[in-house]
Amino acid sequence: MNQIKKQVKHPLDDLLRIDRIPHIWCPGCGIGTAFSSSLIAMRESGIDLEKTVMVSGIGCSGRGAGYVNLDSYHTTHGRAIPFATGMKLANPELNVVVFSGDGDLFAIGGNHFIHAARRNVDLTVICVNNFNYGMTGGQVAATTPLTAKTTTTPVGNPDTPFNLPLLAYASGATYVARWTILHTRDLTESIEEALLNRGFSFVEVLSPCPVNYGRRNKENGIDSLKIYQDRTIIRNDAQPWELDIDFDRGIVLGKFIQTERPTCTDRYDNTCRPKEFIEGEKGLE
Amino acid sequence: MSKDMMTGSDAVALGVKLAKPDLIFAYPITPQTHIVETLSEIAPSWGGRFINVESEFSAIASCLGAVSAGSRAFTATSSHGLLLMHEVLHWFVGARMPLVMVNANRAIGSPWNIWADQSDSLAQRDTGWLQIYCETCQEALDTVIQGYYISEKLLLPVMVMIDGFIISHTMEEVEVHEPQKVDAFLPPYAPQFKLDVDDPRSFGNAALPDDYYRMRKAIQRTFTSGFEVFRDCHNLFEDVFGTRYDLMEAYLCDDAETIFLVAGALTGTTRVAVDMMREKGMKVGLIKLRVFRPFPKHALQKVIAGHQDVIVLNRAVSYGAQGTLTQELRSAFYNVDDNPDIYDVIISLGGKEVFPEILMGVCEGIKADPAFKDEMIWV
Ligand SMILES: Cc1ncc(C[n+]2csc(CCOP(=O)(O)OP(=O)(O)O)c2C)c(N)n1
Ligand code: SF4
Ligand SMILES: [Mg+2]
Repeated sequence: MNQIKKQVKHPLDDLLRIDRIPHIWCPGCGIGTAFSSSLIAMRESGIDLEKTVMVSGIGCSGRGAGYVNLDSYHTTHGRAIPFATGMKLANPELNVVVFSGDGDLFAIGGNHFIHAARRNVDLTVICVNNFNYGMTGGQVAATTPLTAKTTTTPVGNPDTPFNLPLLAYASGATYVARWTILHTRDLTESIEEALLNRGFSFVEVLSPCPVNYGRRNKENGIDSLKIYQDRTIIRNDAQPWELDIDFDRGIVLGKFIQTERPTCTDRYDNTCRPKEFIEGEKGLE
Repeated sequence: MSKDMMTGSDAVALGVKLAKPDLIFAYPITPQTHIVETLSEIAPSWGGRFINVESEFSAIASCLGAVSAGSRAFTATSSHGLLLMHEVLHWFVGARMPLVMVNANRAIGSPWNIWADQSDSLAQRDTGWLQIYCETCQEALDTVIQGYYISEKLLLPVMVMIDGFIISHTMEEVEVHEPQKVDAFLPPYAPQFKLDVDDPRSFGNAALPDDYYRMRKAIQRTFTSGFEVFRDCHNLFEDVFGTRYDLMEAYLCDDAETIFLVAGALTGTTRVAVDMMREKGMKVGLIKLRVFRPFPKHALQKVIAGHQDVIVLNRAVSYGAQGTLTQELRSAFYNVDDNPDIYDVIISLGGKEVFPEILMGVCEGIKADPAFKDEMIWV
């Protein structure tokens, strides 16, 4: 009787655990956009969402697994990729998406990343790179730009950051792209491609953390977006070694690698497993 | 001498500053972060270096390299970070390398929980690290300095515990020691063995069973004789700074019918509870267990008499057995003729609040029904 107002529904509501909203992400944080892009890409790609799982490590980005209304797992810090590997190998039918932070995937979990790429485990890894450890209060990460200030590099970071696409390429990833959360359409399309790519697929998403990284580097949320607009250039044909993170020189975005090679299970089965087992599982692919 | 208000994290950082380690390797984790953030800022002030490495595993392994090359080093961690270090914790002891590490006590997942209990550090009890639990910010500062003294004398690493948030994030008045006094107490690190190109040695080799056995036995012998080094340390500390520390502290125990045994910041709450109960005429006391390894069995046997009841407040459980501190105390009184009744209380896991009234309730409950003696009591 009193139902005058129509219920307002967010178009992604069915993919979210509504009971967990509001989320923990700060105003101006880019993770929400990276997360939405991932959800839209999952839907648009036509993959069977009943057979899709999201795995995250620990960090603000890692909260993704807690908000998606699919099977999901929030692992310990750094272990999203080995957990996802186990899951994918146990149930090859699944589409396994890893959604996590730069610290989680490239500092404490860095070793897992390079080895999963080397084996070409059929995973889609989306890394929210906000240049620091947001969750623990903005400490220096393996991705923090040279001279940038963080809570553990108060006078400036003395170390050079990883070039993540180069690392992914050199380790053996078969899909490699980099976008920012400002380039939402490209980002979404790229995640869609990554989901459909068979093999280890990696998408780096540059994303503001105004509360920690931004505050210490005199960059509010809007400034970050301006930088993503003014100091980036899209070059899909760029070579992986040209992709250093250096905002003064400009940052290259694009889809850099898409190639095919046998996955971890393909190689294992061809090399190690008796034919009769493989025949029995054919229907699964 | 001056006094200042500071958090436990800043007190630890100040202790580290006064001990002047050459190298600090750490990875941030709540609630340890403020310690390492402060150190990243101040380490260059005494010529030290702070490196924010890529994980706790890397932090402790880098510390091992640093001390093997003759440097004084430091790290701090908590909870999952400490667990990740486990392999190298064992190695440190076998390699007989000195180090001070501060662990901000925090619960272990799953499920995730960032609040204080002692599951993380007590799970490392068999690694061979010395373990000291602090009640206050001042004690945290002082214990870091003492830690280097003890560690470098015994050639065993020292883990200093502060409760996450309750000590790490809470401000108290702290006496700021003069650097000259600390220098008088703690001489520069003069390693007996180190990697040195002028006097080449090889560390970390394989040992055949007989040698291995001999070296392991030497570790145990050091623990047994280590009490003397603790005594010297506490005496010298008192001479220089005027404050007395011991392996444990007995508070109002002499005429007590019931004694609480507790470690860490929960001691403060228990002190208030004991005072409250005394006012009501209840004959209670408390033992603050400060040094957990080496376990001060003889000191405890001296303080606790057979007619007394002991309520052990455990913030870690050895699942399928007993509270970890209970196990230790019960075994300390095994084979002692006149032994006390020991009650196994599990309390405040994952930061669950404890108020003095709760402790009073526990005491009254146990008095009313001695059958609790045979149970694990979850408060
Ligand atoms: C073993 C271990 N060490 C440290 C931590 C503390 N910790 C939680 S999240 C995090 C960093 C997260 O950084 P990132 O992955 O970049 O995620 P962000 O918060 O920036 O999205 C750290 C160090 C932990 N949970 N476990
Ligand atoms: S701390 Fe940074 S990364 Fe974390 S939610 Fe806030 S803005 Fe985002
Ligand atoms: Mg990050």
